[in-house]
Amino acid sequence: MLSSTSASQVIWLVPLLPFIGFVVNGLFSLLPAWRGGTDGTTPASRRLTVSAVGVGVMVLAFAMSIWLATQVAGTGNAVTSSLGEWIGAGSFHVDWALSVDQLSVLMMLVITGVGSLIHIYSVGYMADDAGFARYFAYLNLFVGFMLMLVMGANLPVLFIGWEGVGLASYLLIGFWFGDTANAAAGKKAFVVNRIGDFGLLLAMFIIFVNMGTLDFATIARDHATLSTPLVTGICLFMFLGCAGKSAQLPLYVWLPDAMAGPTPVSALIHAATMVTAGIYLIVRNAALFSAAPVACLVIVLVGALTAIWSAMVGLKQWDIKKVLAYSTVSQLGYMFMAAGAGAYTAAMFHLVTHAFFKALLFLGAGAVIHSMHHALHATHRHDDAQDMRNMGGLLRRMPVTGALMWIATLAIAGIPPLAGFFSKDAILSALAERALESPLAEASLGPVPGRLVLWFAYGVGVITAFVTAIYMTRLMRYAFHGQFRSGADVETKVHDAPWVLRGPLVVLGALTLVGGWLQLPTVLPLGRTGALAAWLEPITGRAATLLTGTGTLAHETEYLLIGIAVAVAIAGIAVAFVLLKPQALTTKDAAPAEHGIGLVLANDYFVDTAIRRGITEPVVAVSRKVLWRGLDLGVINGLLVQGSAQTFRVISAFASRAQVGFAGSYVWAIVLGTVGLIGMFALGVGR
Amino acid sequence: MNGLRAASLDLGTLLLPEIMLSVGAMFVLLYGVFAPEGVVSTRRAHLLAIVVTLATAAAAAMLANQAAPLGAASGPLAWDGFRWASVAVILLGVLGSLVMAMEYNEGAALSAPEPPALVLFSATGMLLLVGSRDLMLIFLGIELMSLAIYVLTGLDRSRAGSAEAALKYFLLGAFSTGFLLYGMALVYGATGTTNLTQMAAVIESRTLGTDPLLVGGLALLFVGFSFKVAAVPFHMWTPDVYEGAPTPYTAFMAAGVKTAAFAAFARLLLDGLGPAYASWHYAAWVLAAVTMVVGNVLALAQQNVKRMLAYSSIAHAGYLLVAITSRSADGVASLVFYSLAYTLATIGSYCVLSIVSGGIEKRTRLTDLAGLARTRPALATAMAVFMLSLLGFPVAGGMGFFAKWYILRAALNSPTPQIKLAVIFVLASVVSAGYYLGVITTMFMKPPADDALPSRGVDARLTGGVVAVAAVLLLFLGVYPSPAVRWARASTMPMSPARAVAAPTPMQALAPVNSQPMLP
Repeated sequence: MLSSTSASQVIWLVPLLPFIGFVVNGLFSLLPAWRGGTDGTTPASRRLTVSAVGVGVMVLAFAMSIWLATQVAGTGNAVTSSLGEWIGAGSFHVDWALSVDQLSVLMMLVITGVGSLIHIYSVGYMADDAGFARYFAYLNLFVGFMLMLVMGANLPVLFIGWEGVGLASYLLIGFWFGDTANAAAGKKAFVVNRIGDFGLLLAMFIIFVNMGTLDFATIARDHATLSTPLVTGICLFMFLGCAGKSAQLPLYVWLPDAMAGPTPVSALIHAATMVTAGIYLIVRNAALFSAAPVACLVIVLVGALTAIWSAMVGLKQWDIKKVLAYSTVSQLGYMFMAAGAGAYTAAMFHLVTHAFFKALLFLGAGAVIHSMHHALHATHRHDDAQDMRNMGGLLRRMPVTGALMWIATLAIAGIPPLAGFFSKDAILSALAERALESPLAEASLGPVPGRLVLWFAYGVGVITAFVTAIYMTRLMRYAFHGQFRSGADVETKVHDAPWVLRGPLVVLGALTLVGGWLQLPTVLPLGRTGALAAWLEPITGRAATLLTGTGTLAHETEYLLIGIAVAVAIAGIAVAFVLLKPQALTTKDAAPAEHGIGLVLANDYFVDTAIRRGITEPVVAVSRKVLWRGLDLGVINGLLVQGSAQTFRVISAFASRAQVGFAGSYVWAIVLGTVGLIGMFALGVGR
Repeated sequence: MNGLRAASLDLGTLLLPEIMLSVGAMFVLLYGVFAPEGVVSTRRAHLLAIVVTLATAAAAAMLANQAAPLGAASGPLAWDGFRWASVAVILLGVLGSLVMAMEYNEGAALSAPEPPALVLFSATGMLLLVGSRDLMLIFLGIELMSLAIYVLTGLDRSRAGSAEAALKYFLLGAFSTGFLLYGMALVYGATGTTNLTQMAAVIESRTLGTDPLLVGGLALLFVGFSFKVAAVPFHMWTPDVYEGAPTPYTAFMAAGVKTAAFAAFARLLLDGLGPAYASWHYAAWVLAAVTMVVGNVLALAQQNVKRMLAYSSIAHAGYLLVAITSRSADGVASLVFYSLAYTLATIGSYCVLSIVSGGIEKRTRLTDLAGLARTRPALATAMAVFMLSLLGFPVAGGMGFFAKWYILRAALNSPTPQIKLAVIFVLASVVSAGYYLGVITTMFMKPPADDALPSRGVDARLTGGVVAVAAVLLLFLGVYPSPAVRWARASTMPMSPARAVAAPTPMQALAPVNSQPMLP
């Protein structure tokens, strides 16, 4: 076993590997011969090379992450490495520094582990795509930046990763940029994220101005020197960044549109990893956030509202990926509730289990879409391959995918003993515990006592769990049960996915089954309890105590909470089975128009319309009419640029007439000048 | 006049470059007498003159590294870095003009062996001018320089414009010389000496700074020099003469006369009349401001490139006056640095004009440059460098940017900071972009006119070489200016302190630049 000094020498390899993959596959993608031929597919041998590079670097990075995890576990200390100074300007110093501690390595394992599975899945999913090499280049680029994000030892290095994953996300959402809608979705994601990044930048500026450093370790150690309002401000600005990246109210609008990208991308970036960067940032700065109870209550509140807000939308979506997208936004809300309440372990726990079952759901949905697409293509139909109304009874045609997706559905609904049950229960019981008695409950958000906010969040959490169970069961019933609605000729062409797709699904299914054992509650001692809490103790232990106090729940209370959670989950599934009638569904093209509350939910409360009418169109109108035509073309170009040029030209032409060409008049000019000079000297002007 | 007594002077050494040039000029004349008429003799006469110039330059370079001979400390002839730097810049201009003239004269059928001799005689005057520390020698230098230039201006007798320009220049020059001489007489009357060193001491000890006789003399000296350097409102001859003179001699005039006259003006004002700074600085300030603004604004309306460059040279006289007004060692260094950049860009751009017009003076309109980038891309690129250099554009403009930058810093770091003048300087430079960039857009963005490129019966390869050397030097010294900066900083001259003004700290402005040769 190598020592941790050598570990610090090799941690750079972890982000470097995906970047190498990016460069190699990126160069391949530039060669015309490596792009798709006339039939749009890349030749198999070249596809193999690209896959070997793309998947190989991921597996290597995963192996190194595991090894680093053993290093961190062995010594209990972070593995750090600095390549020297990056920015040095006056008192501002930033190093190229990475730090791998218990929190980073957990994220790295998720990123490279789930990432490897999704890369393997992509080999099959993208096989027919002309941009095969370009796809893997982007995907590796994303992983490289995501690793920088979680490994950075200071905020600027994290920010590189933060912006880098935004770039990769943009590139992959708009991967099929031939369709304007996809390009627009990428642009939307980028622009909305910029709003959040602005908040993160401000937080960084405030921290630097007041503390003179941007190192995580130093911030965690010395933040006591800052006044509480200042810390609150920093945390709120930072949370604005998190809200953008992790799709919280009101900046969540980009995530549903981001489904325009290839489905594995949705699984990796827009479910498992990138969108959880906000959670990571809060947990990473737990020391800072726990010193700002007001900011924490804001986070709890925003998380709760987001959870129920988007879960409701999920009820009326027909696009299978859209359901999962709103579900992701909702689940991220759970994580923020936990992170805001100082239940950092619960937040990270749900982050990890969500990565498992949501990746499984997306990849399963991808398998369905893949299959539907091929079937529709083979029968020369142009129906929507993603609309659940065009599906039905798929379980018979795709039993493996269907069974695995049922596991994930039960997990996200919160049925024991699946991973989602444990992590969701950890969040809900943490909220209840803090609402009963904690420093956070004693704090207040303006006139609202913290206790009320926490109880509200708990209530919302329970209701959301109920809604979650309904919309997920709805998805499963509409897609996998009842009659196939797109015609028998299509149905016979639908097959379960090839093994390259099914393999990752099976692994993720297994993880969904056992993921809960990461952090077993003390009341359910099915193995070692509280493993994740013990693992994260060096990072978040002190900070968590600040907000939660030392009180613990009575076992009876905990059993009651578990009972409530399981009851609502079962109730949700039951309601979905009783109320929904898949046999009454018609295909998308024949479906009747929505009305009433259904119409509102199907259109996401018309938020996009409101933003377009209320913000985008007025801004565009002002930009076009006032700033462009008026200010730029009129004042700046017309008056200042052309105007001054024209003025001088006229003056010049006019004054040139003094140059008559007669030596006599020149003599007069000299005489006049002489008189002027003598006058100036004689009068002593300026002396 | 006791300063000119030969017994206490090693005149042979002190005047060696001037002697070499004038003797060389006489040899060229003698060659002209005996050589057969024709193109070959003309070319040989030019080559002879070039050899004389190179020899003189070598001699000057040697002398610059020698200890000062007898009588150099306070005698009529200076022996300091400023003199040698100015000599170098002038000889560079002479060299470029001679090469250009050699090929131009063949094309324009000005075949005669005498013009190079005239150039050498004029250069002798210029050298004398930058080295002299005595009013009489300054006058001698100015006249020697000017008389030869009058003739060169009117050399092309086949063109009325040339003769007209010569006559105008001569008449107005004679007129202004009267002022100059009168001013010298008054200053002599006030101080009792023509030697600048003694003059400063006398003004200092007798507090003559506001003496009416001296101030009157100063005013008239300003008139005379303003005419020579083409400062507004004594500039009106410039466009007509620059346009009328054959192009190589316009270049010679623009580069050489300006450098020499400014060097003498600077020495006169900063050394001899330094103690009277309070009396003359405002006049210099106003002249600088008016010259910069009027020169640049009037240049905007010009359609002929030679005429445009004439107004541009007027504007540059304004910039150089700013350097003098700042009255510091930095100012002197920036003056020298600017003269070098200006000479390279000016000679280069007139060479381009000479090539493009092929010796046909009518073909120097702006429209004749249209589409040059397509027909002669290298030439157009070089011209763009010269224009950007005159504009003071960074990197692509080479030295020109630093030249302006140093003048600006000298003005701002002056013992009496010239902030308003610096602002006018910058704004006037902005106006100048209007016509310098106009040349570039014409060359690069307009299609060539049908008759744009005349068939050139002349071989202009050497002129092209001058263009290349000038452009490369400008660019090189723009990216790596420290050699030129070191050289300019070494070109000091004795400066008498002004009364009630703190002595300037030497090199304060240029010092950091030396350690950081790249862009500041």
